[in-house]
Amino acid sequence: MAEIRLENLRHSYSANPQSDEDYALKRLSITWQDGGAYALLGPSGCGKTTLLNLISGLLTPTEGKILFDGRDVSHSSPEARNIAQVFQFPVIYDTMTVFDNLAFPLRNRGVPEAEIESRVGEIAGMLELTKTLHKRASGLTADGKQKISLGRGLVRPDVNVIMFDEPLTVIDPHLKWQLRSKLKELHLRTGRTMIYVTHDQTEALTFADQVVVMNLGEVVQAGTPVELFERPQHTFVGHFIGSPGMNVLPCEVRGGKAIFGGTPVDAANIAAANSRGRTELGVRPEFVSIASSGIPAEVIRVSDAGRYRIVETRSHGHTVKLLLKEGGEAPRGSTFLSFDPSHTQVYEDGWMAGARR
Amino acid sequence: MNKTFNNKAWWLVLPVFLMVAFNALVPLMTVVNYSIQETFGNNEFFWSGTTWFEQILHDGEFHASLKRQLVFTGLILLIEVPLGLAIALCMPRQGPWVSVCLVLVALPLLVPWNVVGSMWNIMALPDIGLLGKGINALGIPFNYTRQPISAWFTVVLMDVWHWTSLVLLLCYAGLVAIPDAYYQAAKVDGARPWAVFRYIQLPKLKHVLTIAILLRFMDSFMIYTEVIVLTGGGPGSTTKFLSIDLVQKALGGFDLGPAAAFSIVYFLIILFLSWLFYTLMMREEAK
Repeated sequence: MAEIRLENLRHSYSANPQSDEDYALKRLSITWQDGGAYALLGPSGCGKTTLLNLISGLLTPTEGKILFDGRDVSHSSPEARNIAQVFQFPVIYDTMTVFDNLAFPLRNRGVPEAEIESRVGEIAGMLELTKTLHKRASGLTADGKQKISLGRGLVRPDVNVIMFDEPLTVIDPHLKWQLRSKLKELHLRTGRTMIYVTHDQTEALTFADQVVVMNLGEVVQAGTPVELFERPQHTFVGHFIGSPGMNVLPCEVRGGKAIFGGTPVDAANIAAANSRGRTELGVRPEFVSIASSGIPAEVIRVSDAGRYRIVETRSHGHTVKLLLKEGGEAPRGSTFLSFDPSHTQVYEDGWMAGARR
Repeated sequence: MNKTFNNKAWWLVLPVFLMVAFNALVPLMTVVNYSIQETFGNNEFFWSGTTWFEQILHDGEFHASLKRQLVFTGLILLIEVPLGLAIALCMPRQGPWVSVCLVLVALPLLVPWNVVGSMWNIMALPDIGLLGKGINALGIPFNYTRQPISAWFTVVLMDVWHWTSLVLLLCYAGLVAIPDAYYQAAKVDGARPWAVFRYIQLPKLKHVLTIAILLRFMDSFMIYTEVIVLTGGGPGSTTKFLSIDLVQKALGGFDLGPAAAFSIVYFLIILFLSWLFYTLMMREEAK
């Protein structure tokens, strides 16, 4: 159990990196509280796995420090850091039984056999592997193999952090839900720090208390799911989280108002905006509504997504999406839009105006 | 659901079938033909039943060369397989040295067999050869044309030099194919190098090792050229392996019948031992 602090961490896969482009992970400082459930969310290739491997010690950082409870472990081996990691694709020891696979991390550390027995039994019960415990691991399905990988990550009771690198990629959808809630349940029960890497926002938002969104090798925003939803610090977060993503519209900032296509719009952070760089207006489809006056728009398409309808409109040459609750008439033809002022933000060069950078 | 049967596809197999027939089945059948007949020239043949087979199976010379062959092949496998595996484990997996190492280890495989024999013949000569003279200079009497032990030492060393690379390359290919995640997981699980070898590398190399052992078994069991050039089966007949014995019988004595029976017995031994190796090594899989 430890608090994990990353200080000015930077990593490059090339031997002598020249420019910022050479870094797979741009400079970052972040603290993972002891016992937290974190998700690292971002598109493929954004540096999530690199960050994870740096924390676990499979990679040594080019620059910066990794501290476990204040102790510098930047150059320690994964074993010395006492961490557990579950990989994207199942790793099993072919020649061993399921039991021996689960016992492997414990046996390597010289845990007494009686304790191994009870630990493995408990983990196997939780992952529903009890029936196959004495079968050869190589005979199992991909699901079963990944459960073994998960089990090996969870079997040690004393690890500092358990990291999951997109562990449910190969798992069937119906099992995904089940396993994810198992992990969540386990986190609540053991209070162990967990870091869960994924590119699936649902997975991240349901698992974690704190979500760290990454893009192009840097952390864009770290916050609770609600914060990410209501106050995206960057248009990327707005796009990436939410379905459909946030509407991002070019605007001008003049006289304490954001002007979108000639119509003045109120924004929550307008006071912080100083119209430097490229200014944009961000508003989630959840906070756009049809009004009798305001921003003129043309309804293009209405699609039914079950619990709500997505209305796609066109206003001043830009697409604006909004959500309508089920029931009532679908709007048609020319209409007006209104943006909820408390959930409308001004962005400068992609970053929310007034946000800490 | 009705399956449609279309047997026209068999025509596509026909060329392969014909080729195999001409290069394997037909020669084999001629040998079978010789092995059960007697001839005194003039292309006249007489039925002789199992006479030749009985003769070969009771032949002391055949027993002796079979015993030598088994010892030689056993030694070869015991040395080359662990050695090839060990070197493969030490080779770099990435970087500029990979290709240098690969070319260096592959070189012996590119040398023609009779050239290998000549090379070692000259190198091991006790008076002018680097190896022969060197061993003698150490105070150990070494003369492969006179002492059976020296001859065996040279023959085995030559085969190790020539063929360990094959095992090595197969193992190396197998090692490179193991995904990184296995090594990473092993690190996280706190596995020591021995455990990594025992539980990851060795199981993953099982199939290539099976192939390597089978290839080395079959090839060393049929060794001829290198030994005939190096020692000619001598001194005396201490390095006379099965194939040398066979050639002496077939060409030296022109005993077509016994030589044909010998060939068939020889072939069946290789087939049986290969089957045995394969079954033993694959038995685990079936569980």
